[in-house]
Amino acid sequence: MAEFTLPPHSRLVKGKKIDVSDGAKNKKVFEVYRWNPADVDEDGEAQNPRLDEYTIDLDKCGPMVLDALIHIKDNVDSTLTFRRSCREGICGSCAMNIDGTNTLACTKDIADVHGDVKITPLPHMPVVKDLVPDLNHIYAQYTSIEPWLKSDTPAPNRERLQSAEDAEVLNGAEGHGPAGCILCFCCSTSCPSYWWNSDRFMGPAILLQAYRWIADSRDDATGERLDQLEDPFRLYRCHTIMNCTNTCPKGLNPAKAIAEIKKMMVARR
Amino acid sequence: MAGKKTKSKYIAPLKKAKGLGSAHEGVDHWMAQKITAIINAPIILWFVFSMINNIGKSHAEFTAWVAHPIHTILLLVMVSSVLYHAKLGAQVITEDYVSRKCLKLFKLIAQKIFFFVLGVACVYSILKIAFMAGI
Repeated sequence: MAEFTLPPHSRLVKGKKIDVSDGAKNKKVFEVYRWNPADVDEDGEAQNPRLDEYTIDLDKCGPMVLDALIHIKDNVDSTLTFRRSCREGICGSCAMNIDGTNTLACTKDIADVHGDVKITPLPHMPVVKDLVPDLNHIYAQYTSIEPWLKSDTPAPNRERLQSAEDAEVLNGAEGHGPAGCILCFCCSTSCPSYWWNSDRFMGPAILLQAYRWIADSRDDATGERLDQLEDPFRLYRCHTIMNCTNTCPKGLNPAKAIAEIKKMMVARR
Repeated sequence: MAGKKTKSKYIAPLKKAKGLGSAHEGVDHWMAQKITAIINAPIILWFVFSMINNIGKSHAEFTAWVAHPIHTILLLVMVSSVLYHAKLGAQVITEDYVSRKCLKLFKLIAQKIFFFVLGVACVYSILKIAFMAGI
C-alpha cells in the first residue's frame, strides 16, 4: 500500500528545549525538525528525527521565519542545517513546511503564525539533513522534460521575437504566469498524488514547467512535448486536488497549467 | 518502477525519472471518466426519483414500468455508464494506492472481470424483465 505511516526510524520524537529568550517579552518558540544521518547508536542505526524547541527573543532577529532560523544557527546551534540564498523569495532554496504549509521561510512572516512555529522539511521527500530534502529525483524529472527552447526554425540573426501577448502567456498579467516559477517544489511536495507516485508522476512543478515550454510561441516542439507527457502516470495522476495552487508561495497556478495540458491532449485528437 | 533493477544504489537519477518511457495513452481514460460522469449525474437522479415513485406498486406494475421502452433504454444506459465509470475509478484508486506490484496487477485484472460480469448480469436482468413482463 501507499506509505500512510512513516517507517519506525523516521518517526519524530521530542528533542531538546533551548530557551535563549533571556526573559524577553517578545519571544517565540520555534519547533524545528532535526535529523543527522551521522548520529548513530551503538548498532550503527540512524537515530529518529527529533523536534527541537528553541525559544528566542524576536527583538533580536528579523521579521521572517528565515531570519529566526539564521538567528538560531548563528547564536544557538550552528549545526542546524537548511538551504537559503536570496532571502527575498526568488531563489526557492528555503522551501520548507512552516506551520503546516509548504512555503518559503524568507517570505513567511513570523507574525502570521499563531502559537509555536513548527518547521519541518518539505513533506514526503528523503531528508539529507535537518531541513534539507534530497531533490535529485525531482531535478531529474525536470531534466526529463527538456526545459529549454527547442525549435527547427533556423536561428535568426537577432533575438527570436515575441509579441507582448505571447509573452504574457508565459509571464501572466501580474507575473503569476508559468514563467514565474522558481522551482522551490512547495507544490509538488504538497500533492498527495506526488507523495504516492513520485516515481512516475511528474508532479505540479514539473508539469507547470512543461507547460511553460509548450505555451512558448517560439518553441515548436509542442507535439513531442505532449507525446512525452501523454501517460497515465506522468500527467494523469493529477486528480485536481489543487493543493499545488493553494500552497504556491509565488501565487502561481500549477493546477491551471495542468488543465491546459489536458485540454491540449484532447484538442490534438 | 521497473522491477528490482531500479533498486540499485547507483542508478542514474535521469534513468529513474524517465522510467520505461511514456505510455502514450491516458486521454481516452480521462475523457471516458468525464463523459460517464456527465451521464451519471442526471440519470441517477432520474433513477432515484423513479424508484421513489414506484414505492408501493405491485410486482406486475413495477415490471411493466421497467418494460416501458424508454425506461428499459435509460436503465441500460445507466448501468453501462455507472459500471464503466466505477471500473475506471477503481482502476485509478488501485494504481494510486496499491504499490505492491503483484497485488496491484491482480487487483486491476480482478476489478475488470468483476465490473464486466456485474454489467452483463445487470443488462441480462433488465432485458429479461423488459421482454418477459406481462407474458
